[in-house]
Amino acid sequence: MSTISVENKVLSENQRIAAALRSRFEEQQILCLNLISSPGSGKTTLLEQTLSRFRPEEKVAVLTGDLQTENDARRLARYGFPVQQITTGGVCHLDGRMIERALSLWSLSDIDLLLIENVGNLVCPSSYDLGEEAKIVLLSVTEGEDKPLKYPSIFAKSELVVLTKIDLLPYVPFDLAQARANARLVHPGVEIIELSCTTGEGMDEWSSWLSFRRKAAMQRASAALV
Amino acid sequence: MHEIGIANAIIEAGQIEAARRAGSRLVRIGVRVGTLSGVDNDALRFAFTALTQGTDLDAVDFEIQTCLRRNRCLDCNREFESGVYSEPCPGCASQQTKLVGGEELDLAYVEVEEP
Repeated sequence: MSTISVENKVLSENQRIAAALRSRFEEQQILCLNLISSPGSGKTTLLEQTLSRFRPEEKVAVLTGDLQTENDARRLARYGFPVQQITTGGVCHLDGRMIERALSLWSLSDIDLLLIENVGNLVCPSSYDLGEEAKIVLLSVTEGEDKPLKYPSIFAKSELVVLTKIDLLPYVPFDLAQARANARLVHPGVEIIELSCTTGEGMDEWSSWLSFRRKAAMQRASAALV
Repeated sequence: MHEIGIANAIIEAGQIEAARRAGSRLVRIGVRVGTLSGVDNDALRFAFTALTQGTDLDAVDFEIQTCLRRNRCLDCNREFESGVYSEPCPGCASQQTKLVGGEELDLAYVEVEEP
C-alpha cells in the first residue's frame, strides 16, 4: 500500500481556464466583474439600470447565466451593448469553460468592462472562478438580513456587497444595520453599497465604484506595459 | 447541489493519479474541504457514494479533512482559526483581520495498492 501526496485543487481544470481568462482580461485591459445573488435579488435590474447610464460608445458587454430561457439577454440587449445569454441547461453555476466559449464569439478588443450575471444561487457560484477581478454579491431587503451568516462562503469571497431594493424598506422588517454587521462578521471591512433601481437612490455610488475600478484596472494594465 | 460535479472531479483526479502507477488499485482518496469552500461535506460524501456504488470503485474509501477558517490579524500579524465567521484577534483583540484560509477544496492524497 502506498500513499501518493497530490496537493491539487479539486477544480484544477476550472482554475486553469480561469487563470487563462484572467491573463487575457489583463492583457486586453478588461475589468471583469462576477455578479452573484439568490434568484430575484435584482441582478438583471441592476444591470439594466447600469447599462442605461452608459454612453453608447462605452465598451461594455454582458454575459448572463440562467438554467433556461433567453429572457434576461432580451431585457439587457435593449440598451444596445453586446449581450449573450448562457443557458446552463440545469447546471447551478457558471464555470470558466462557459465563459471561454461565450467570449470566443466576441472580439475582446471591443470590450473594457465585462459584466457577468451568474446563475441565481448563493452557494455553487462561489466555488467557480470565472477569471473575474472581483465578485459582487447582491442581497435584497426582501430577503433576510441573516443571509450573510447563512451563506458565508460567497460573502467572504465578494469584494462588494450591494443591498438592493432599499425603496421597499418601509414595507419589510429588514434591519439594514444588522445586515451590514452580518456581512462584516463574515468579511471584515467589506465594501457595502445600498441602492434602489426603482428610485435611483444609491446608483451614483454604484456608478462611482464601477468607474473607480475601471480606472484602477486600466492603470494597472498600462503600468504592466511600461 | 454542485457536489455531484465536485465528487466527479475528485474521482477523475483520483483515477488519474492511480493510473500513473501501472497495475495499482485505488483504495482511498483524501480531500481537504474548507468551511468557507461552499461545499457541504455530507452532500459531498453522498455524491461520492452515489457515483462509485456498483462500479469498480465501490470499495474506495473517501476521507474528508475539514479546514477551519484562518484569519490574520492586520495589527499584530498573528494567525488564528475561528468558526465560520471572523472573530477578534485572540492576541490583541483587534477586529481588523483578513481571511487567509478556509476556502480549500483540494485533493490531498490518494492511496493505492500496488501489485
